[in-house]
Amino acid sequence: MSTTSSHAAEHVHDLGMPGNPISSAIEASVATQGEKQTVLKAKDMKTDQEVRWCPGCGDYVILNAVQSFLPSLGIAREDMVIVSGIGCSSRFPYYMNTYGMHSIHGRAPAIATGLAASRPDLSVWVVTGDGDALSIGGNHLIHTLRRNVNLTILLFNNRIYGLTKGQYSPTSEVGKVTKSTPMGSLDHPFNPVSLALGADATFVGRAMDSDRKGLTDVLRQAAEHKGTSLVEIYQNCNIFNDGAFDLLKDPSTGPMWTIPLLHGEPLVFGPDGASCVVRDEFGGLRIAETSQVDAAEVVVHDAHRQDPSYAFALSRLSTQDLRYTPMGVFRSVQKPTYDAMMAEQLDAAATQSPADLGALLAGSDTWEVQ
Amino acid sequence: MTATDRSPVATSSAPGGLVKSVVELDRVVIRLAGDSGDGMQLTGNRFTSETASFGNDLSTLPNFPAEIRAPTGTLPGVSSFQLHFADHDIMTPGDAPDVLVAMNPAALKANIADLPGGGLLIVDSDEFTPRNLAKVGYAANPLEDGSLEGWQTVSVPLTSMTTDALKESGLGKKEAERSKNMFTLGLLSWMYHRPTEGTVRFLERQFRRKPEIAAANIAAFRAGYNYGETTEAFAVSYEIKPAPMAPGVYRNISGNQALALGLVAAGQRSGLPLFLGAYPITPASDILHELSKHKAFGIRTFQAEDEIAGVASAIGASFGGALGVTTTSGPGISLKSEAIGLAVMTELPLVVIDVQRGGPSTGLPTKTEQSDLLQAMFGRNGEAPLPVIAPRSPGDCFDAAVEACRMALTYRTPVILLSDGYLANGAEPWAVPSVDDLPDLTPAVGFATEPNGEDGEFLPYLRDPETLARPWAIPGTAGMQHRIGGLEKADRTGNISYDPANHDFMTRTRQAKVDGIAATLPPTDVEDPDGDARVAVIGWGSTYGPIGAACRRIRRSGRSVAQIHLRHINPMPADLGDVLRRYDRVVCPEMNLGQLALLLRARYLVDVESHTQVRGLPFRAAELAAVIQDAIDSTHGAVLGADPSGGGE
Repeated sequence: MSTTSSHAAEHVHDLGMPGNPISSAIEASVATQGEKQTVLKAKDMKTDQEVRWCPGCGDYVILNAVQSFLPSLGIAREDMVIVSGIGCSSRFPYYMNTYGMHSIHGRAPAIATGLAASRPDLSVWVVTGDGDALSIGGNHLIHTLRRNVNLTILLFNNRIYGLTKGQYSPTSEVGKVTKSTPMGSLDHPFNPVSLALGADATFVGRAMDSDRKGLTDVLRQAAEHKGTSLVEIYQNCNIFNDGAFDLLKDPSTGPMWTIPLLHGEPLVFGPDGASCVVRDEFGGLRIAETSQVDAAEVVVHDAHRQDPSYAFALSRLSTQDLRYTPMGVFRSVQKPTYDAMMAEQLDAAATQSPADLGALLAGSDTWEVQ
Repeated sequence: MTATDRSPVATSSAPGGLVKSVVELDRVVIRLAGDSGDGMQLTGNRFTSETASFGNDLSTLPNFPAEIRAPTGTLPGVSSFQLHFADHDIMTPGDAPDVLVAMNPAALKANIADLPGGGLLIVDSDEFTPRNLAKVGYAANPLEDGSLEGWQTVSVPLTSMTTDALKESGLGKKEAERSKNMFTLGLLSWMYHRPTEGTVRFLERQFRRKPEIAAANIAAFRAGYNYGETTEAFAVSYEIKPAPMAPGVYRNISGNQALALGLVAAGQRSGLPLFLGAYPITPASDILHELSKHKAFGIRTFQAEDEIAGVASAIGASFGGALGVTTTSGPGISLKSEAIGLAVMTELPLVVIDVQRGGPSTGLPTKTEQSDLLQAMFGRNGEAPLPVIAPRSPGDCFDAAVEACRMALTYRTPVILLSDGYLANGAEPWAVPSVDDLPDLTPAVGFATEPNGEDGEFLPYLRDPETLARPWAIPGTAGMQHRIGGLEKADRTGNISYDPANHDFMTRTRQAKVDGIAATLPPTDVEDPDGDARVAVIGWGSTYGPIGAACRRIRRSGRSVAQIHLRHINPMPADLGDVLRRYDRVVCPEMNLGQLALLLRARYLVDVESHTQVRGLPFRAAELAAVIQDAIDSTHGAVLGADPSGGGE
């Protein structure tokens, strides 16, 4: 997103339509007297609304992290918009003192696309869940990612339907026993990171709700990315799927199964760096014992590779029981954004033939009756 | 051959000493029919443009299959274009053609029943081969077996004359044959004294990157014209004088074009950037195509991944201060229902254009119907009222689009505009409005920029006492941050509320906001030139033309009838109930099974008589005249000696 501090200090909005008088009404509305208020604290991001998630929900941790982190971007509150769909996570906008829309199930990426495409001056965020983004809203998600509209999508993945009281979700492991699948679920789960990379998403990251530092780091990179960013956040639902991520959270097992992704660093992990990632014979990736391979064989993480195949291969290292789960930024590449290209087309059209409503209405073939 | 044949008014000498006469007519209905690949729609549109620029009043009815290219020469592949043009004001594309041009046996078979006895039939004899005849089940060649004796049949080898004319063009036979529609257009242009420069210019423009194709088409067009002048097959040509019209600048316009231009105008006159979120669907796609050309006006067109994203993106754009619009048809409006409900709840401006087509489900994609009215009214979960309006003619689509935008902005509400396939593709002359005469929509925008609460807070659901509209504060406006959404809102604050009394209040308030629009609408417009009608005909949308033409026939027969045609269907004009109760009988023709009639009966307890048809085609004026006559005569006794079923409009 366009979130540099120099942008934040500007108080005259650049709506991406230089010299275009069409948006004068919007320009007038958002014009601010003096400097924008961009020096904010976490408490400035809170609203007076009572937070209504279940006690102990992972969403609280994420909310606190986001409220603490957002002020550091130096963006005025009025220039941020959070759009959500339906589900527990989608209550998020009510608790943020920004503009917000708690919309309808699965459609937040489409609503945010319309907003971000017509208002390139805003910092637009989507908050969604595994059911919202990957089940009912799967189509909007993949198309938003491929278009590369400038917005940031936070996908809270708790691998369960919480708000409807505990049915399996599109990220639940096969065999999940729930109210709707008493004999175990039959369908194979989506890996949200793989899905996003399959759609050629320009920024894809993954973080853990309880890992404040790791989460904040991925969020910052996502926010600074121009284009669509997708951040999968593993989030514990302590009511219907408690402990879903304990394998990664538990200090005794977490380091063994977590692959930290640090751009430019070798992919070595596990206690004493015992494990590593190397290339397999088919051009993909595999896990190896560090002691068994030559140091030169260990893959050095490169989040900026244009070809998404490498990041995709990374995303396939993990199994549905979460062993070998890469955490961090899988891919971060630059591509022109949809909204910027749209604004360029408008400018180019206006330059070629300035808008003349009278001429447009008349068209090319008229006749006059005296 | 038509309503008012007159004696030849002139004769002229063609080359070779051939003497040709010119007959003056007051109106003609021509139907061009051929294979989907024969270019009948293009031919019809060109003839329409020539006719419009000549100054006739006109009305058109394109009729084509949903398949882009059904198997060649088969009945499902027949595409036709009907044009009615006259030296006076007309309202419909005509009940039946006076002239039928059939480019192949399938076109003949599909259309001949509509050509009244004695009508002129022109066929491309080259296409009447045993194979083509067999394809459509002709056991014998109708050009030879006498079965066409009831019509003035002229067999012309259109295909081979076209290829002969293009022998020097360097085109292959197949390619040269494709210009036969232009040869035909040339022939018709001669027959009806149409100006030809426009078509030549059009072909040069259309094929500017393929000059050899442009040259071939122009050559075929001229060859057809010259053939008419020199052949003995056509001894007569016809003159239809320009129609008297109010002074002004005119152009020819289709409903979809007019809708698109109305949206551009509304964007300009409101000072808001227009955002169209749309998914391609017949017959609404042309609005997307047209608006996509006008980026210079700051218009953003977004071809979404599906119908839902189309409307959702428009809602997002509206939240950001744009004029959000979505266009659709048929099943598309069903897919948008949930998101339209969100716009009702969030009270954001949104214009939803539904170009109705035959349903249910995929239905009849290229045929017209008015069967989405009740869906537009009620097709959402919960009590979700919104304004519904409908244009009455292709040109009227412009004004309806501007009006839909005005209502959406003024009342912060989704508005559904119900066009239909007949309006969308039909065309008529349109008086080009002056930009300064268009309504100024800026007062309807009025973004909120200052907190409105007593404690300096912003209350997004504190309403304007007059319109009941809520303030529209757009992102980027400091101090006005707020959250909206689909959950029920507390009055004033807009916070989530499950309070029973609040929900009751908010439900009634949303209804009152829409109902309240009625007080601002003009009184019901009743057309009753005699002033003593006891029977009224009420309609909405594209039936205006056929109902109006039927009423003219009724009046010419010495009877009185009142015509009421609704622009605003929700809410209806405040006086409508009183107006309807003044009549002994009220007849309501609709291209559905009685949806407006159901609303009128429920709302006003008036015994509205429904007359319906869902053939995918507009009503015929003669048929409606018979229905109206029956209503009048069975109530008040017949008027002796007057038969409204014949004659012109």
